[in-house]
Amino acid sequence: MSIAVTTQIICFSVLSLVILIGALGVVLLESIVYSAFLLGGVFMSVAGLYLLLNASFVAAAQVLVYVGAVNVLIIFAIMLVNKKEDLKPISDIKSRRIISTSICLTLLSLLIRVDLTNVWSLSSPQNSIGEESTIRIGEHLFSDYLLPFEVASVLLLMAMIGAIVLARRDVMSKDISTGLPVDQELIEKSSEPLLTNKN
Amino acid sequence: MEYGLDLEYSFNEFLKGFGLSSEIAHIIWLPLPMLLVLVAAVVGVLVTVWLERKISAAAQQRIGPEYAGALGVLQPIADGLKLLVKEDIIPAKADGILFTAGPILVLVPVILSWLIVPFGQNLLISNVGIGIFLWIALSSIQPIGLLMSGYASNNKYSLLGGLRAAAQSISYEIPLALSVLAIVLMTNSLSTVDIVNQQSGAGILSWNIWRQPVGFIVFWICALAECERLPFDLPEAEEELVAGYQTEYAGMKFALFYLGSYINLILSALLVSILYLGGWGFPIPVELIANFLNLPINAPFIQVFTASIGIVMTVLKAYLLVFIAILLRWTTPRVRIDQLLDLGWKFLLPISLANLLITAGLKLAFPQFFGG
Repeated sequence: MSIAVTTQIICFSVLSLVILIGALGVVLLESIVYSAFLLGGVFMSVAGLYLLLNASFVAAAQVLVYVGAVNVLIIFAIMLVNKKEDLKPISDIKSRRIISTSICLTLLSLLIRVDLTNVWSLSSPQNSIGEESTIRIGEHLFSDYLLPFEVASVLLLMAMIGAIVLARRDVMSKDISTGLPVDQELIEKSSEPLLTNKN
Repeated sequence: MEYGLDLEYSFNEFLKGFGLSSEIAHIIWLPLPMLLVLVAAVVGVLVTVWLERKISAAAQQRIGPEYAGALGVLQPIADGLKLLVKEDIIPAKADGILFTAGPILVLVPVILSWLIVPFGQNLLISNVGIGIFLWIALSSIQPIGLLMSGYASNNKYSLLGGLRAAAQSISYEIPLALSVLAIVLMTNSLSTVDIVNQQSGAGILSWNIWRQPVGFIVFWICALAECERLPFDLPEAEEELVAGYQTEYAGMKFALFYLGSYINLILSALLVSILYLGGWGFPIPVELIANFLNLPINAPFIQVFTASIGIVMTVLKAYLLVFIAILLRWTTPRVRIDQLLDLGWKFLLPISLANLLITAGLKLAFPQFFGG
């Protein structure tokens, strides 16, 4: 066994262990902040797996999108609303747990079945594209995957407009939660710097 | 374009002369450039800290550090030693694990990004294909470390500073990436070596700054904001937040933040010089000089000469930018948080988008000037 192969096996086992333990931690830990940070670690390890598969562009995109954007926003949201409050006990917690476990196990068995029945075309080092993958991904995005790519951007635009409407209450005349007319003046005032009001 | 010193090849050949296999030689080679770059980064920080002290003193008509060594050059080392021997305190109600992991998460991505900084044709750790994209991806990890340390300190000022830092870094990453994209469009490659080679045609005239003046300014502003330098140092604004997310930190953990911010500043300056100022290129092409002196470009003497010129030029350009950053710090006031976000989202983002579109149009219209 050459040194390169040994390194690869060590990296693979360490990354898989981190992913497994991290993912379990995300689900099982009580503290939501720890879960969020562990999620970032899991995303990073997935990027590491992509690197091992010679897909450096996908790995960097994974870091940029999942760690740099998704995870940061999750942590951001948690820290802005981090109230210490005891959650209400749910009455039928046991049946809920059984249902969610069975759904997860079904999904897992489906994935295992796909893994076992599919014929994987293992690429040898000779025909792997490696660094060229960036160009290939670009070609595919602008030829045969053009429609899904554009539809995804429309979806993101819709989500963004929705978020803006929810955040800027002055575009609606009525408050969504209470149904009362929105006090427009209050919203205008709050965006002014505080010092100008004091004189 | 494959010329210039290839130290790795020569080193491996040298070791093979002792009867070692090429794999062993490769493993012995691997840590050397990493260590070299780490040392270079730390020495760069020491120089920058000294420059900062001296230039700030000059801007305020003081003398600045004077007694530690000639002109106070040993002052940054004294600072570093002080931080090394200081007691390492974790506040009683702080979260110990996150409090320790925060500074590490801030520093490691910055140092990893030095992987792609070229000082010459073969003078970089690794010419990875995704090059500049790796830096953009790595720099997006930093806000997690800032949020982590802000949260773990269990202090209102720290949390506010961490949140501000994350918001700032998310907002300015987008125009930054868009202005890098315009360069990549012109180069047809993400690799930093290709980006520099594409600018090496006619010396100073072919530098990207003439073709991307808007991109250059947008990139520089965003880089300053990413480094949390004044006028964008809101995350640590001393008058409002004590020291932001660093408030509770002392000793070596504080030193990690300090080191990280200065390494990041030098890295940004290096990247500006690579993307816009011709990287290791001399204002007059070295080939022209060699032809003028009737020397072959592959002669060992010329190769050593071009390599040293390359390193000197890269460092010189970077430190010129560091000097501008320091001058900016001591002459401009801090922006408010709403002004900061307005500048990022309402001004820099549309401008960099327009810049990208215009670059694409110009590339189609004049392929010989804007890369075909």
